[in-house]
Amino acid sequence: MNTLTNPNKLRGFERHIKVDNVSRRSILKGLGLAGGFVLAAPVMSRPGFAAYQTGADKMPHGTVVDPRVFVSIASDGTVTIVAHRAEMGTGVRTSLPMIVAEEMEADWSRVRVQQAPGDEVKFGNQDTDGSRSTRHYLMPMRQIGASARTMLEAAAAKRWGVPATEVKAVNHEVIHSASGRRIGFGELAADAAKQSVPSVEGLKLKDPKDFRYLGKGQIGIVDLRDITVGTARYGADVRLPGMKYAVIARPPVTGGKVVSFDGAEAMKVSGVEKVIEVKGWPWPSKFQPLGGVAVIARNTGAAIKGRDALKIVWDDGPNSKYESVAYRAELEGAARKPGLVVRKEGDVETALKGADKVIVGEYYVPHHAHVSMEPPVAVADVKGDKAEIWAPVQSAGGTREDVAKTLGIPQENVTVNVTLLGGGFGRKSKCDFALEAALLSKELGAPVQVQWTREDDVRNGFLHTVSVERIEAGLDKNGKVTAWRHRSVAPSIASTFAAGAVHQAPFELGMGLVDMPFEIANVQCENPEAAARTRIGWFRSVSNIPRAFAVQSMVGELAHATGRDQKTMLLELIGSPRILKLDSVKDLWNYGEPYDSYPIDTARLRKVVELVADKGGWGRSVPKGHGLGIAAHRSFVSYIATMVEVAFDNGKLTVPRVDTAIDCGAYVNPERIQAQMEGAVIMGLSFAKHGEITFKDGKVQQGNFDDFPVLRIDESPAVTNVYIVPPGPDTPPSGVGEPGVPPVAPALINAIFAATGKRIRALPIGKQLEA
Amino acid sequence: MIKLKINGQERNWDGDPDLPLLWFLRDEAGLTGTKYGCGQALCGACTVIVDKQAVRACITSVSDVVGREVTTIEGLHPTGDHPVQKAWRQLNVPQCGYCQVGQIMQAAALLIENPKPTHDQIREAMAGNICRCGTYQRIANAVHLASTGV
Ligand code: FES
Ligand code: FES
Repeated sequence: MNTLTNPNKLRGFERHIKVDNVSRRSILKGLGLAGGFVLAAPVMSRPGFAAYQTGADKMPHGTVVDPRVFVSIASDGTVTIVAHRAEMGTGVRTSLPMIVAEEMEADWSRVRVQQAPGDEVKFGNQDTDGSRSTRHYLMPMRQIGASARTMLEAAAAKRWGVPATEVKAVNHEVIHSASGRRIGFGELAADAAKQSVPSVEGLKLKDPKDFRYLGKGQIGIVDLRDITVGTARYGADVRLPGMKYAVIARPPVTGGKVVSFDGAEAMKVSGVEKVIEVKGWPWPSKFQPLGGVAVIARNTGAAIKGRDALKIVWDDGPNSKYESVAYRAELEGAARKPGLVVRKEGDVETALKGADKVIVGEYYVPHHAHVSMEPPVAVADVKGDKAEIWAPVQSAGGTREDVAKTLGIPQENVTVNVTLLGGGFGRKSKCDFALEAALLSKELGAPVQVQWTREDDVRNGFLHTVSVERIEAGLDKNGKVTAWRHRSVAPSIASTFAAGAVHQAPFELGMGLVDMPFEIANVQCENPEAAARTRIGWFRSVSNIPRAFAVQSMVGELAHATGRDQKTMLLELIGSPRILKLDSVKDLWNYGEPYDSYPIDTARLRKVVELVADKGGWGRSVPKGHGLGIAAHRSFVSYIATMVEVAFDNGKLTVPRVDTAIDCGAYVNPERIQAQMEGAVIMGLSFAKHGEITFKDGKVQQGNFDDFPVLRIDESPAVTNVYIVPPGPDTPPSGVGEPGVPPVAPALINAIFAATGKRIRALPIGKQLEA
Repeated sequence: MIKLKINGQERNWDGDPDLPLLWFLRDEAGLTGTKYGCGQALCGACTVIVDKQAVRACITSVSDVVGREVTTIEGLHPTGDHPVQKAWRQLNVPQCGYCQVGQIMQAAALLIENPKPTHDQIREAMAGNICRCGTYQRIANAVHLASTGV
């Protein structure tokens, strides 16, 4: 038996674009919330209006703004609000319902949150990714709440025979102050349901000065108690009568397949019941399963033991030569030659030739795995032409469509129940694990849970891309940057969907390459070709990670080359407060948002730099062996600046303090924004210090947290401070879940340079500081 | 037949005596509070308390705990109000929450052994528990809060 008095001893080491966005989009009517609640009446779907435009209505199935879909009131006064987005740790299951409760004057302590199943016709788009939930739903949720409030007020006014203008909903009741009468929401529920839904245009939204919850951040997440007592239900916690437990041996090389297998030894393992082949799809397989051999057992432990005893002959397929060292050299070679021009201002070639000095930086960021603490897992129960799924998926609606397609049954016959997600980070935007469970359940005729082991997760995932970013900056005699050429080479996520995709898609180019915000006369961005040799997917903040790392490291290099302070250099490059035009960029990706509502505004970028520098005490004197670094980046239409302090103690790198400032426009729950920023700092540091997935003979060489370490508490910053820019009166909400990550690595790397004079250009840092 | 004592209750197991305790708890005993994260004692998600000490259930077999007291999150406190659980709620520690049961069990075990840990002792004792969401600052603060009175 192992007893862990010192847990270190046993450590052993020590999303998304929908490619078919447009075809999935359709405007359909809502269906109404069935069940024992009294606000359930026939529903009409109405277009939302908003003081600002967002890309919400361009998402598949757009938005549904209807109180009868999202709100129900029981006669005891309990208000149930539907959460239609997936909870993976961002707090969205709390924040969106809180907006509704705010506007309808519901008392939060009497609100229950009900998770919506996958049904985009009814609830609108459910793709919980792209840091979009608050940005797309702040206004629709306010409208839903205001509609419900208006209906409650109308019902009370009718009952009392007074004009609706004389009554007012306040904290779960409606009050007629002239007569002193008051009536609870529960008592009004039945009458309120009979009121017609008011037109969105006529709705009166609350004055922000009367907000009780919005923008305050005093409320704990709705699942807090369940999480701390162990009853919170994740995908792996679903139990059905007669349910089988399965693990699958998947092809070790992307695009490989089973030639033959022998399950005899596996069948001898106590608890193992069956060994069967699982269908796989040829590469590129989109979100479809990779195929392999499944071991079915009475518990997961037996299934894993059985899998260890399988004998499988694989055909490794076309990617069996994938090798990371050689691939890096290939990418570097491509980065040193001209590539597809994706942004062009002035004449970079001539400007570089005429420059007084040219600084070149070539940066490398390897593949990275999501390793959410909950590995992929799903339960399926397929009976005839009906399927029910329980899974931690970011894309409830997309999962429903894909299950229907994979099983060849109508979508209406598929129910997707979304459990809590034990982390997502983009991995769970792909529903392959739910499809595996569906295929197995169909074949077994029994409910089945497919559990991915950590090794499966590391070896068979949808990895963050691998990239070489090469930047050449030309300086004039005064140290002013006059030319900027950035070549970005990386296999595209598009390669997961279509064979032969060798260029970055617009949505990748727009993540830190063509949207580079510096005021430089001659700019050219290029994208040489790179062919994918494994599955590439969205990882929290996606291409912004390598781009921000390269661009903001280059700022540090230029500061050093010109003898300037890092922050001075950064602000000088950002230049005057202005809105970027970017006329030369074709299909500029602005995170799906209209540019008028969400332009690239350098004044906002400057502001977060100044805020973090001010609060973090930029320029303060630090002890010997310490160093300060700074970086700023706009992504997911938010602006973030991060400042890192490093310390070297006997050559060992520690991070005493991180300060980070975010401007995410209008916000709902600052306490969860703070949590997201704290988490982003940890993930960014983890990425920078440790994270690397490598391939040899087409196979991932890592498998678990021993060879793919992530940041632990003993390496975490002693203090992380978060500052949120108060929004202007008309600033639309932007993203929070992802944009905290990109500036962390370059701020760290710039701080290491300040402390040691050593410039790291390839992540992870690993042992580079030991030499 | 193996006889186990989990959260004060007797449980029988007549299957593979080498079955990791984690899978017995989750799949055979219906105690799903304890989580799987790595299966190799690398992440702490599966932490339970055996005779007052934190143990990784993923590499502990059912036969290893015969004659011992196993406590899982379900048995940590009758109403879920152990000081560590209360501190966790006060500071709104979790993000996705998946790692938090393991973190809470590890913290509870730490406080049995060392009721007033220093900041460095907290970081050392909690270093076997990964939180991919990055809630470490709050975890450290919550352990401190639990140790000083919630
Ligand atoms: S699952 Fe046991 S330590 Fe990770
Ligand atoms: S809260 Fe998500 S892994 Fe810790």
